[in-house]
Amino acid sequence: MTNVYIAGMGATAVGEHYGRDLADLASEAARAAFASAPGLAPHQIGALYVGSAYSEELYGQGQLGAYLASMLGLSPSIPAFRIEAAGASSAMALSQAVQAVQHGLPLALVIGVEKVTDHLEDVIEAAQAMAADSNEEALHGITLTAQWAMLMRRYMHEYGYTADAFAPFPINAHANGAKNPLALYRFTIDANKYRKAAMVASPLNLLDCSTLADGAAALLIAGEQLARELDGPRIRIAGAAVATDTPALHRRRNPLELSAARASAHIALGRAHLGVGDVHVWELTDPHGIAATLALEAIGCYEPGTAPRHAAEGAITPTGKTPIATAGGYKARGDVGGASGVYQIIELARQLSGTAGATQVSNARVGLAQSLGGIGATAVSHVLIREA
Amino acid sequence: MNIARHWRERTTRYRLEGQRHRHTGEVRFPSQPPTLDEDPNDWEPYQLSGRGEIYSFSVIRQVPSGYESLGIYPVALVRLEEGPMVTAQLTDCDEADLTIGMPVEMVTRRLMDTGEDGVLVYGYKFRPCIR
Repeated sequence: MTNVYIAGMGATAVGEHYGRDLADLASEAARAAFASAPGLAPHQIGALYVGSAYSEELYGQGQLGAYLASMLGLSPSIPAFRIEAAGASSAMALSQAVQAVQHGLPLALVIGVEKVTDHLEDVIEAAQAMAADSNEEALHGITLTAQWAMLMRRYMHEYGYTADAFAPFPINAHANGAKNPLALYRFTIDANKYRKAAMVASPLNLLDCSTLADGAAALLIAGEQLARELDGPRIRIAGAAVATDTPALHRRRNPLELSAARASAHIALGRAHLGVGDVHVWELTDPHGIAATLALEAIGCYEPGTAPRHAAEGAITPTGKTPIATAGGYKARGDVGGASGVYQIIELARQLSGTAGATQVSNARVGLAQSLGGIGATAVSHVLIREA
Repeated sequence: MNIARHWRERTTRYRLEGQRHRHTGEVRFPSQPPTLDEDPNDWEPYQLSGRGEIYSFSVIRQVPSGYESLGIYPVALVRLEEGPMVTAQLTDCDEADLTIGMPVEMVTRRLMDTGEDGVLVYGYKFRPCIR
């Protein structure tokens, strides 16, 4: 097996791109990825991996592999795959590209893409609920937001918190997102604003709920031989792992334990020969404070019941012990559905290259990105290392 | 219209019928196919009592398509007295009255609106115990 590197990357702004279609967004991201890697050309790509959660339900397009390969001019001969795992779609696509490159494919293109804003909120909520169990959950009018809300209420009950305890998560996300030119929401919020926000699914309010938006992000993934010919800092994907749990929340022994999140992080770290304490910067699936809380505790950064306390003390900010959402996270950068995983990797690569600007984590050499599908029914983790 | 899809779930939705293990007595709800390491003959149909308590709940104000006619509605994870947990809507209650641990019981209600020509989809919801 050869080592695997990030050889190029690019993304569109996250937003309501009313004037642009799915292929247009994917094309911009792929072109930007090649622009960041002057030594590489499209004809070198051996396979295309596309991650998208909602391309059928909200855009009406199947066969996204063949569709985008054709639009990008990679056809007729290239193998192209579309991978769906709800919010973890493009992280899963990356994990498949990593395996192919490990086993000899010189260069792969990974694209995460979503085009969702042609629809109103109710249709988007229903599409997102497809990540849940259709008979046992979605049929009862459940939404993913309500599922996270129920976990938040239970967490508050078991550990004695009020909803205010989760404010540091969106406050940090917005503080960082305000400095990211590609973010959906480029403004800051404070605890007072958080407290006054309208309810979406109690106890989750509007300022603790991410917004699904359009965007595309692309990565060029190269094997060691090709990567050595390129300029710039080498970012190695040192560990990748996928784990799963039951989509139906009520079928879990303890719903507050994200067991797939724990397993995927630990397997990925093990493959990188690293431990939780070696990670300098994190990207998590953090559409709500409770989601970040449960992920941090599942991974083992903090004991169960303590993550909000650490967040209140600044642990999740760029200068804290476990920086998260340095580009704004799901809340401020925007929730790009199945494309989010590639946005996460791009932010970690910027951090590890020392080019993250105002939210740079000093001396960051190891990062871990974790992408969840549904309420952690799928968890995909990637460990990135900057080589000296 | 999905008529067959709703019809084949009738014992689950109308009678709260799950499965009980013939030897261990473990109860599962809803029913599921035997896992690969299980003997299918070990599981028999079993009707649950419909009583349980609220593990957690939320009131949904941003509603998915198909459920607009319900307006704002409460949902819950309910721990049934036989052991399994179930996801369902709550009914016949005010948000202010709901608490974790509150005893609830199953009732049959209309679950969703499939439009003018659609089937009427009924199933279980839970309400605070009235006895």
